[in-house]
Amino acid sequence: MDQGRGCNRHACHRRGAAARHRRLRCWLLALCCWLPFGAEAARLIEDSAGRKVAIPERIERVYAAGPPASILVYVLAPDKLTGWPRAPRKDERPYLAPATRDLPETGRLTGRGNTTNLEVMLRTRPDLIIDFGAVNATYVSLADQVQAQTGIPYLLIDGRFEQTPAALRLVGDILGVGDRGEARASEVEALLTTLDDVLATIPERERPRVYMARGPNGLETGLKGSINTEIIERAGGRNVADPGDASLRRGIVQVSVEQVIVANPDTIITWDPNFYRGVWRDPLWAGIEAVQRQRVFLSPLVPFGWIDRPPSLNRIIGLKWLASLFYPDQMPMDLRAETRAFYRRFYHVDLDDNTLEQLLQWTQGHPPN
Amino acid sequence: MDPGSPAELSLQRTLVLLVMLVSLLAIAAALIGPYSISPTQLIQAFAQRLTGRIDPALAATDTVLFSVRLPRVAAALLAGAALAAAGAVYQGLFRNPLVSPDMLGVSSGAGLGAVLGIFLSLPVPAIQGLSFVGGLATVAIVYLLASAVRGHEPTLVLVLTGIVLGALAGACLSLLKILADPYDQLPAITFWLLGSLASVRAADVLATAPLVLVALVPLVLLRWRVNLMSLGDEEAAALGVDPRRLRLLFIAAATLMTASIVAIAGVIGWVGLVIPHIARLLVGPNFNRLLPTAMLIGAGFMLAVDTLARTLAETETPLGVLTACLGAPVFVWLLASGRRGW
Repeated sequence: MDQGRGCNRHACHRRGAAARHRRLRCWLLALCCWLPFGAEAARLIEDSAGRKVAIPERIERVYAAGPPASILVYVLAPDKLTGWPRAPRKDERPYLAPATRDLPETGRLTGRGNTTNLEVMLRTRPDLIIDFGAVNATYVSLADQVQAQTGIPYLLIDGRFEQTPAALRLVGDILGVGDRGEARASEVEALLTTLDDVLATIPERERPRVYMARGPNGLETGLKGSINTEIIERAGGRNVADPGDASLRRGIVQVSVEQVIVANPDTIITWDPNFYRGVWRDPLWAGIEAVQRQRVFLSPLVPFGWIDRPPSLNRIIGLKWLASLFYPDQMPMDLRAETRAFYRRFYHVDLDDNTLEQLLQWTQGHPPN
Repeated sequence: MDPGSPAELSLQRTLVLLVMLVSLLAIAAALIGPYSISPTQLIQAFAQRLTGRIDPALAATDTVLFSVRLPRVAAALLAGAALAAAGAVYQGLFRNPLVSPDMLGVSSGAGLGAVLGIFLSLPVPAIQGLSFVGGLATVAIVYLLASAVRGHEPTLVLVLTGIVLGALAGACLSLLKILADPYDQLPAITFWLLGSLASVRAADVLATAPLVLVALVPLVLLRWRVNLMSLGDEEAAALGVDPRRLRLLFIAAATLMTASIVAIAGVIGWVGLVIPHIARLLVGPNFNRLLPTAMLIGAGFMLAVDTLARTLAETETPLGVLTACLGAPVFVWLLASGRRGW
């Protein structure tokens, strides 16, 4: 300490101690930020990829790595979501819980270019990162890398239909809402079981032959087995885009209208209003059985798609809806009551008559403009 | 060249052979496809159309043939011919065999326009319109910017400006891809940028063909002047033509052709680059002879590739993938076998 500046020894000592104290506090704080699970790293969770991840006992803030994960977290604990991968649009807002409508846009962590989002993600100070969907080597290495880089535990949860109840239970338990997770899981399980019972009585060849029309002209579709179209088979339909060979790739492909004519589906599902409007007066599609029998169905898209987009828990209402369209006798559905109930239980909103009516009109092929 | 000379006779023979080959390919392409149509049915369907009496048993065949397959065959012929013609013009104009029709950014601009249309969830005709306008506008901006720069070799400035604007359009396109909906718009964008004739309809062909024909008129009428342009500006001016005005005219014609094709078929690479080379091997660098030969080879090549694209798998194979797989080895072979002038 410099005595020459006219400060007495005692005061200097005190000031120095205070500064040291402050610095120590800073360091401790920084350490806490670095190791959010430091003090109470209580639990070791095994995720769907078999990774063992240490997570804190209490989790208050969850970063969803992509749209499917954001829906999973939203259904279970909307108050713990730190943001949406994409900010809700104007027409989606009325169908979300008011407290979550204005959450910030936090981007996607999955896919390449994750470094650009890393700081945005850190700024939201999450206790946990969850990704929900495909589990493969790429996603595993991405999760390991982000976890090592940020020190925030990163869980990979399998997003396939059959795994939905397990995912709801696991994540519900992790987020401290085990009861809600259990309730939603048994609800989904009951639906899947009912469907299985009905489908057990219906031979393969009597099931509807379904084409999922995607893209502006309806000439994109998902091959059988892809996560984008698994709702077709789960609801008891047969996807006409079936390459047969199990070794072929599974994903979104382009087809020609000639291939659709040859496949001649008796049911078409889509979410694209442009395609839906055009298909009725298009001579090329006029001969297709689905158009002739007026079995082209338009899926609502708010706040999330009913049949896909993204492939997450939003498909549960779509699954029920499609099953009721495929098998109206065996799988009857009171669309009004069930939609209201689903939006209340899964999306935490009480739809007023107006917003509910808009959804019902949408399923009848009249989307809002 | 007088019509009786041996070279002219051999050109005529080449062209007749090519026309026959392309016609055979067209008939084969009309018969091949997932919906089976026999040669007899093909003839019956045509007879029905001529007599105007449609047999209900053949109604589906009629739809597939006249609304799906033949428009697609026509679109493939048109696309191949137009892209090859545009490539031949550009290679002569820029005196460079490595030039393709998208040199001045027409494909990047058209791509950006279409992707913007997909991003805004517009209906298909609007996407095509935006793409067409995007392609034309990009080349117009490139030309205006390049004209404003003086004191350098004009073709060099044009090429460099084209590269810069193409890169800029590519960057904007990447931005839109990042912002697009990954479940809905991103696949559509990807498919569009790889090129496909899967969704082509008769109306598309009818809208595009006049544009291509209009663009072809100055090329045919002034075909010998392309040869003059390939001598360089000074020689061309010494021979009594205005190189600036001619260049503008030829660029406008080639751009109109490429932009109208890209608008209906997406970005199809390699055809405009490789086909003029093959034509040059057959008939030499004289544009008089090069233009019809390149157009016929381009039409046949595109038709063959598109027929492969729709029959290789249960689903569509992107055209850009096939043309690259076929075009790249051919191009390397051409490079290895020596330069032959242009």
